[in-house]
Amino acid sequence: MREEFKLEVVNPEKSFLSKDDVTEVVVPAFEGEMGILKDHISIISFLKPGIIKIYSKLGEEKYYVEDGIIEFKNNNLSILTSSIFNIKDMEKSKIDEMLKVAEEETAKDNISDQAKYLIDQKIEVLRTIN
Amino acid sequence: MASLDDLKKRIASVKSTQKITKAMKMVAAAKLKRAQDSAEKGRPYSEKMNNIILNLSEGISDKENAPKLLSGTGKDQIHLCVVMTSDRGLCGGFNSNIIKKAKSYFSRLSSEGKELKIITVGSKGNDQLKRVFGDKIIENISFKNSKNANFFDAEKVSKIIIEKFQKEEFDICTIFFNQFKNVITQIPQAQQIIPLKTDIDDKEKSEDNYEFEPDEDEILINLLPKNISTQIFKAMLENSASEQGARMSAMDNATRNAGEMVDKLTIEYNRSRQAAITKELIEIISGAESL
Repeated sequence: MREEFKLEVVNPEKSFLSKDDVTEVVVPAFEGEMGILKDHISIISFLKPGIIKIYSKLGEEKYYVEDGIIEFKNNNLSILTSSIFNIKDMEKSKIDEMLKVAEEETAKDNISDQAKYLIDQKIEVLRTIN
Repeated sequence: MASLDDLKKRIASVKSTQKITKAMKMVAAAKLKRAQDSAEKGRPYSEKMNNIILNLSEGISDKENAPKLLSGTGKDQIHLCVVMTSDRGLCGGFNSNIIKKAKSYFSRLSSEGKELKIITVGSKGNDQLKRVFGDKIIENISFKNSKNANFFDAEKVSKIIIEKFQKEEFDICTIFFNQFKNVITQIPQAQQIIPLKTDIDDKEKSEDNYEFEPDEDEILINLLPKNISTQIFKAMLENSASEQGARMSAMDNATRNAGEMVDKLTIEYNRSRQAAITKELIEIISGAESL
């Protein structure tokens, strides 16, 4: 019994990543991190800023996402996101810049609680990567 | 008859125009390839998004209280039309086709007594519409500085639309764009995006019951604005492929026409040159005869 399932990550511009040998994916779902294994129940959820961890035979890969939506069905996991980066490819200067923008954003008074929560999340995650 | 010198000048000028149209055609062909590629690559995202929304809207428990972006305001008095055109001209009937489609839609609306508001995306559409519908245009967006259609721009447009919807400035939103079929054919489309029309195909209807986390309503509230960006992005991609296709065939025609014109002018030039020679000969001969 193979313990692998299919994963597809798409962003609006192209299909970002497609694999059919992943064993586990951990996604930062809105209500907390969620690990998905083979034969998980069909689920739709959306993501908050965080790190997607993809485990396959080749080891672990980490991606940083800011938002997105996931759908798992018939052992197919689709992640739709408009902003995803491979952590390996993220340069420190870029992370710093993103942090700065996010910090400015959270300092504003007129943002909603939910937006503030998301940005604070983002800052936290960016700090851990950094 | 024009003098030989004039003809020569005209031939030279038509030839140089032909060079320009030929170059534009080549450029359009190269850009078309790229635009087509990105339109193709963008397809999975919008398809998946559509699928998820379809599943969600079926699973929604309380249809009465569904998010307004999905169900609409319940009225259809004020229509917002987003007319998406290009920022550059010289692309055949590309812009005029969208405008024609939009105008016929506008006149239908006004005959039904509905109120009309227009947002134009792309400066060419604004130029053509402002003469007749100038007072109806509430916003003009143009992405002259972006090289290719990108999602960031699409999000900007959708933000404006959603803001206006939340202020209840309109009830129904329709976008106009050209769908790319092939290089010669682009089909002007009108697509309603608010409230969302879900064409539920029985074949594709899935039997699965999904788990939702958090619940359906909350996901939908977050997802629907994204879907609008996605739809607009899709329209932008289709539009940019169509624009290049239309420009390519228009420039191809122009090059061919210029070629025909050069041929015609060359024949005329040769004829008048011959006529001038003949005339001179006759003058010489009759002069010699009279001696």
